[in-house]
Amino acid sequence: MGLFDFFKKAPEPAGVPPFGGSSIPPKGGTPTSSKAEEQPAGLFAGLKRALKKTADLLNTDVRDLFKKEGRLVDEQFLTELFAILVKTDMGVGPASRIRDKIGSDYRARVVHMPDVLAVVKAELRELLAQPERPVNLAASGTTVILVVGVNGSGKTTSIAKLTQHFRSQGKRVVLGAADTFRAAAVDQLTIWADRLGAEIEKGPPGGDPASVAHKAVARAVETGAEICIVDTAGRLQTQTNLMQQLEKIYRVIAKQIPEAPHEVLLVLDATAGQNALSQAKGFSEAAKCTGIILAKLDGTAKGGVVIPIREQFAIPVKFVGLGEKATDIAVFRADEFIDALFADWK
Amino acid sequence: MFESLQNRLQSAFKTLAGKAKLTEGNMRDALKLVETALLEADVSYDVVRDFIDKVSEKALGEKVLLALNPTQQVVAIVQDELTNLLGPVDPSLHLKKDLNIFMLCGLQGSGKTTTCGKLAKMLQDNNIKPYLAAADLQRPAAIEQLHVIGRQLGVPVYSELGATDPVKVCQDAVRKAKEEGAQVLILDTAGRLAIDAELMAQLQQIEKRVQPHQVMFVVDAMTGQDAVNSAKAFNEALELNGVIMTKLDGDTRGGALLSVKHVTGVPIKFIGVGEHLDALQPFRPEGMVGRILGMGDMLGLIDEVRKAVDVNQQAELEKKLAAGDFTLDDFKVQLKQVLQPGLMTRMMSMLPGMGDLSKMLANTDAEGEMGRKVAIIDSMTAKEKKTPKIIDQSRRNRIARGAGVQVQDVNQLVKEYDLMAPIMKSMAGKGMGGRMQAIQDLQKNLMSDPSGKMAKPKGDTGKRLSPKERMELKKKREKELRKKKREQRGQ
Ligand SMILES: Nc1nc2c(ncn2[C@@H]2O[C@H](COP(=O)(O)OP(=O)(O)O)[C@@H](O)[C@H]2O)c(=O)[nH]1
Ligand SMILES: [Mg+2]
Repeated sequence: MGLFDFFKKAPEPAGVPPFGGSSIPPKGGTPTSSKAEEQPAGLFAGLKRALKKTADLLNTDVRDLFKKEGRLVDEQFLTELFAILVKTDMGVGPASRIRDKIGSDYRARVVHMPDVLAVVKAELRELLAQPERPVNLAASGTTVILVVGVNGSGKTTSIAKLTQHFRSQGKRVVLGAADTFRAAAVDQLTIWADRLGAEIEKGPPGGDPASVAHKAVARAVETGAEICIVDTAGRLQTQTNLMQQLEKIYRVIAKQIPEAPHEVLLVLDATAGQNALSQAKGFSEAAKCTGIILAKLDGTAKGGVVIPIREQFAIPVKFVGLGEKATDIAVFRADEFIDALFADWK
Repeated sequence: MFESLQNRLQSAFKTLAGKAKLTEGNMRDALKLVETALLEADVSYDVVRDFIDKVSEKALGEKVLLALNPTQQVVAIVQDELTNLLGPVDPSLHLKKDLNIFMLCGLQGSGKTTTCGKLAKMLQDNNIKPYLAAADLQRPAAIEQLHVIGRQLGVPVYSELGATDPVKVCQDAVRKAKEEGAQVLILDTAGRLAIDAELMAQLQQIEKRVQPHQVMFVVDAMTGQDAVNSAKAFNEALELNGVIMTKLDGDTRGGALLSVKHVTGVPIKFIGVGEHLDALQPFRPEGMVGRILGMGDMLGLIDEVRKAVDVNQQAELEKKLAAGDFTLDDFKVQLKQVLQPGLMTRMMSMLPGMGDLSKMLANTDAEGEMGRKVAIIDSMTAKEKKTPKIIDQSRRNRIARGAGVQVQDVNQLVKEYDLMAPIMKSMAGKGMGGRMQAIQDLQKNLMSDPSGKMAKPKGDTGKRLSPKERMELKKKREKELRKKKREQRGQ
C-alpha cells in the first residue's frame, strides 16, 4: 500500500472539473463525531492549540501559494508545495508523491487551496485512521504496557501521563522502574508514582531491568491491579546488546502472562526527523511495537514522521504528549489531528 | 537503509555515459540527488535550498562539465562546501584565569545534564577543576541526576533543596564555586520549548545576572526539520557561543547540525557519541560531511581505532606506513587492537549501510573471529608476514593446520589484507584530499564486496566444535582437497 495510492484508484469523475469550486466529498464516509469518552473535555483544545502552530505554518504558507483567484499549478507552485510538506517531517518520499500527483493531475490549471487541502487531508485521514480504543486492555486481569524508545524521547514523562490517564479512570497502576541505567531515572519515576498514587517496583542502580519488570508484573497480578506499566532505559535502535536486553524484558513479561505485554508503546519525540523510521523498525523488531506515543507535540515540531511510519510499519499513534504535566496527554485521533493541522481551512 | 549519495550519483551519471557530453540539465539532475540526500538527512528545507544554490554555481562551471569523472567532481564540490559550512573548527574552550562559567541550554531530553558531566570529565582529564550547578528545577529528580553524575566523577555539585528560582541557584553557585577555587562552573538548566516565552525569559535572566562566558546549545542529532526553529529561538534569546550535538552514536544522519550551524553561525564544539561520560569528542567537519551525505565517517572510524590503540605502536605503524610498508604483522597489531570489546560494533555503526553488518557481527562472535585471525597470522613464518605474496596454496594449508582453522579462513584473511594494505599505505602522510580519496576507494571495495570486510558468519547454528573435532574435520577436508587437486592436475 503506497501513500497516496488513492490518487491512482480514484480519478476525478468525467465532467466534474477537479478543484472546480465545489469541494471534494470527504473520503472514508461521514466525518467522525469526536467521541471523547476516555478523554476529559478541554484536552483536545490543548491538542488543537499545539497543532495550531503547525497549522499556522502550513496554512500561512499554503495561503501564500494562492492568490485570491487561485493559482496556476506550475513548477514553482509545486516546489513551494513540496517545501511545505517536507517541513512537516513527513519525508522526501511522501512529499514528492503528493507533489507529483498534484502536478500530474492539475498542471497548467488554476486551483483553489481548500480543494487541494481537502485532497491531502482526506488522504492523510485515511492513512492514519484507526480504531477508537486507544489501549488494548486485557479481557480480564492485569494489562501490561511496556514503554520503549530512544534516549531523551520522553518515556518517563509519558508513563506519568499514562498513569494519570488510568488513575483518572479509577484504575490501580503498578509501575516497573526498569530504567536502571540512567542516573536518577528511578527517582524520577518514584516522584511521579507518589504524586499520582501509583505503586512502584524498583531495582538497584545498574541492576537487571528484566527482573524489575518481572517483579512489577508479579506484584500487579498478585494485588489485582488493572494496569502495569514498565519503564525502560533509553536506547538507540543500533545498540544490539541493549535491543537484546529489551527482547529479554519482553520475554520475561510474556512468560508471566501469555498475552502480555498487551501494548508496547514506542515513545517518539515530535521533533524527530527521518531517524524515527529507523527507530520504529528497530524497536518493532526487538519488542513488537503496538503503538506510538508522540511526545512533545506542544512545541513547534510537527511530528509528521508518523505518516511514513504508519505507511511502512503500520504502527498507529495512540497518544500525544502536550506538555510537562501529567495531565498533558490526549488520545490521538486521526480526524482531529488532521483537522487541527488544517484548522483554518475548514 | 540509505543508499549512499555517491552510489546514486554514480548510477545517475552512468545512464549518461556513452551519450553526448554532460549538460547543464544533467548536472541539475545530479544536484537534485544531492538535495534529496540532504533532505533525507534532515537538513532543513530552506538550508538545503541555500546550499544547492551555492553548489550549483560551482558544479555548473565548465571545469566540472568537461571533467572525466563528474561523479567525483560533484561529490568533491559538495563535500568541500559542506565542510566549509560546518567549520571552522574551534574546540578550544577559551578559558580565562579566574572562574569560567558555562551555561548549557536546549530542549527537553536533548542531553544537557549528561553533557554537563561529559564536559566536567573532559576538564578533569585536563587537570582543570570543574564545578557543577543544578539549575533544572523543572524535571523531577533532575537535581539528583546531576548529583549522581557528580559522584561518579568526584566533581562537586551545587544545588539547593526546594529551590524555585533558578536564577538565584546559579548566582549562589557562582559564589560557591569561587570560594572553592573551581576553574569552570557548568550550569545545567531546565529543558524548555522554544515557544515557551516564560521559560525562555527565565533563561535570559540567568544569562543577564550570571553572565556566563560560554553559552552552549545542546541539540539532539535525531532532530528533524524543527531544528531551525529551536536553534533560532535559543539564538535570539541568548547569545550562543557554541553548539554540542548529542546522540551521534546511533544511525541518524545528523543533518540537523547543518541547520543549527546555518541559523546560529556559532562553532560546533563537541559531539556526544554515547551515554557514558567519556563519550564526548571534539567536532570534526570531515566526518560529519560523509555522514550527512550517507557516505560514512571513515576518518571518525580511524579516529576511534586510534583512540583505542597503543600510542607507541600506532606511531610505529604510522612511520611504517609513511615508508609504504604494511605487513601482515602490522595487520595483526591492528586486528589485536580491534579485539577490544565493543570497538568493532562501534566502528561499524559509524558506516551507514553497515548496520546490518554490525548486527551480524554482534550475533556471530565477532571478537572470537578476530582472535582466529590473529592465530592465523601467528602461524605464519616471518618471511610470509613480511612478503604475503609468497603465501601459496600449500603454505595456506600449513598455516590453516597450525592455527586450527579452515583454509578458507586463511584465504579470507589474505584477501582482507590485500584490501586493507593499499588503503593503509595511501592514507599515510597524505593530506585530507588523499585521505578522502583513499576512503572512497575503500568504500567502493566494500560496496562491491561487502563480505570482503569480515568473514561471513558461519552457517553452523549454535554447536561449537572442540579444537580436536575441528582438527579432525579439517584433516578430512584437506585430504579431500588434496585428492581433488591430484585428480585435477594429474599429480
Ligand atoms: N546514546 C546517547 N545517549 C545520550 C547522549 N547524551 C545523552 N544521552 C541520553 O539522553 C537521555 C537524556 O539525557 P539528559 O542529559 O537527561 O537530557 P536533558 O533533559 O537535556 O538534561 C539520557 O538517557 C542520556 O543518557 C549521547 O551522546 N548518546
Ligand atoms: Mg537535564
